[in-house]
Amino acid sequence: MTGTALAPQPARAAAKSRAPRGRGRLADPAVGVWLAAGAVTALGWIVVAARGGDFLTLANVVGILQNCVALGLVAVGQTAVILTGSLDLSVAYLISLGTLVAATTMEDGSVVTGVLAVLALSAAVGLANGLIVTGLKVNAFIATLGTAFILRGWIEDNYTGPAGKVPASFQHLGYDRMGPVPVSLFLLLAVTAVLWLITRRTRFGHHLYATGGDEHAARLSGVRTRRTVIAAHVLCSLCVGAAALFLASRLGAGAPWAGTEARYDLESIAAVVLGGTVLAGGRGGVVGTLGGVLVLAVLDSVFNQLGVDPFFKNVVRGVVIIAAVALYARRGARRSA
Amino acid sequence: MSTGTATDATASRTVTAATATYRSLARTLGTGAPVYALLIVLLVALAATDPGFYEPDRFLAFVKRAAPLVILAAGQYLVIVCGEFDLSVGAVVTAGVVAAAEVYGTYPDAPWALMTAGLLLAGAAAGLLNGLITTVLRVPSFITTLGMMLILEGAVFYWTGGSPQGRLPQDFRRLGRDTALGWLPWAVLACGVAGVLVVLLMRSDFGRTLVATGDSERAAHLAGVRVRRARVLAFVLSGVAAALAAVLVGGFSGVSAQAGRGYEFEAITAVVLGGVALGGGRGSVVAAMAGAFSLQALFTLLNLQGVSGALESTVQGVIVIAAVGIGAADFSRLRRRTHPPGTPPDTPQVTPPGAAPGPPAPTPPPPATPSRTPREGHPHDPQP
Repeated sequence: MTGTALAPQPARAAAKSRAPRGRGRLADPAVGVWLAAGAVTALGWIVVAARGGDFLTLANVVGILQNCVALGLVAVGQTAVILTGSLDLSVAYLISLGTLVAATTMEDGSVVTGVLAVLALSAAVGLANGLIVTGLKVNAFIATLGTAFILRGWIEDNYTGPAGKVPASFQHLGYDRMGPVPVSLFLLLAVTAVLWLITRRTRFGHHLYATGGDEHAARLSGVRTRRTVIAAHVLCSLCVGAAALFLASRLGAGAPWAGTEARYDLESIAAVVLGGTVLAGGRGGVVGTLGGVLVLAVLDSVFNQLGVDPFFKNVVRGVVIIAAVALYARRGARRSA
Repeated sequence: MSTGTATDATASRTVTAATATYRSLARTLGTGAPVYALLIVLLVALAATDPGFYEPDRFLAFVKRAAPLVILAAGQYLVIVCGEFDLSVGAVVTAGVVAAAEVYGTYPDAPWALMTAGLLLAGAAAGLLNGLITTVLRVPSFITTLGMMLILEGAVFYWTGGSPQGRLPQDFRRLGRDTALGWLPWAVLACGVAGVLVVLLMRSDFGRTLVATGDSERAAHLAGVRVRRARVLAFVLSGVAAALAAVLVGGFSGVSAQAGRGYEFEAITAVVLGGVALGGGRGSVVAAMAGAFSLQALFTLLNLQGVSGALESTVQGVIVIAAVGIGAADFSRLRRRTHPPGTPPDTPQVTPPGAAPGPPAPTPPPPATPSRTPREGHPHDPQP
């Protein structure tokens, strides 16, 4: 591969030096995915308008944003883990368990204890994931798959169906709006902002990128890579806990299928990768992930408006994900050539 | 025990005779040693729980139930050992079963051999697509096959309108149900043939090429391996294996929208249980298939022990993590013990002050390769 890439290098290098800085910015996947989200929205608007519908109504836009929240929270957390070169397949079952714990705790106790219980559970699962990956040196894929199985058994053993009840006071999170904007969107934006600050503006964030880029080099430079990976897993699980709380308030009860039916595990990884974060770690960020989530939500909404068969949606989703990553791969290859 | 030539070279000078025999044994078994131990433990436990387990027909029934997973694990091994993933196998199984029923609905008299061949070809085509997207478009295989999974499942349900109907005729289901010579289930035969073929394949030039590709793509490329072709072929074979599993599963249980659900993770778990490193270049296919047998034995044992179906997955999760964890831990500790006190470890361990708690490992943590795999004795490691 390197051999073939060498030949046209001088021409490319020249072109690169001529290219203004703005083009480099544009080639950044995080920017690209937001542009893509805009393009998909425009395209959806045109297609729906041609069919005589109206895509950009306030209700529809708010609906799209509302649909972003759950996947967005999970995907933002997943970004932190993927940046370190790990990944988390246990998120779907953690969401299910989170909604159940939230609803059953809130039924007997107060909202605060429910929230704390879910966050404590999430942190514990994240800690376990991190310790298994770093301490036992089990590959993250297998480790988190194993925790997913454990959580699944726990859920199936203890809950047979929807359980608990979320008090009306907590349902404000899922249903209230400030003006036209749903409150839950602020939750997503707040979590994203916090994660953006952590990943881009703190020492720990730099350690995340360093660990994902080259763990060996990071360790030799004095980064405590194990702690970094563990902390990333805890961070991810806390985000998942937030998603579980949101879903619990939305559903009004805990449900064993809350996380698994929507396949949050694979969908969140797809959104992260769609947002330009490299699966091997070290490159990307939460802003791009949010764009990836938005693209998926807009696509969903367009298909709903057009009345496309829900199964066909999956086909298009698959094609979009593969095509997007193929595009990033081409760009990455050109840059490294 | 392929833990890097540097380690072996220095260590072999200092090992005692006792460890030497252990080493030769470990080398024959390869990285799969833990899985054979696990399999033996599980089989003994099965015998202890249920004395009738080893009656020929019951044991064959067990092997028959394991057959699809073993075949899938063999296919998955080919993909994993060259450094990739195939998450689409479960969807290929589902799609194969549903598509066969659908085609039989239109042409009820299609000969079963033609149908089976058609399915295998379709599986190969799905694998070819996976391989080409992964190698030519350079999409990570995790994403490629994830997308393929979404596409296949979506397409099959779109085609059947959400609820697969129709049924598979008896002669098509024969491969999954009937027995050859009156006692040997066809599924066991198919599993055995697939196993022998894949072992022969791994001993051929192609097999070596595949392992070399997974170990170090660049080195393999520089040595003249057509890396892309090897990978594409691995994906094609994994697709064929999945299609074969679809024929067996269709024979076992008929048409269902859930036919292949979860098989992709089970296959990967089986392969990893067999000591095959995710990321490629390590592990043997026999161990991978033993991993599949272990998984099936575990399910059977849990059933016999009366563990409630719900807790089954919990036990499975714990055992998978424990088995892989013990596998990883044992080897590093063994290597540490082979250095008598006073001998410096092979690789200088640079520990920054206050960093990296825990005892120093003899080999430094691997550089983060595109595949996030703890790979020991990597060719790029600094050599003493």
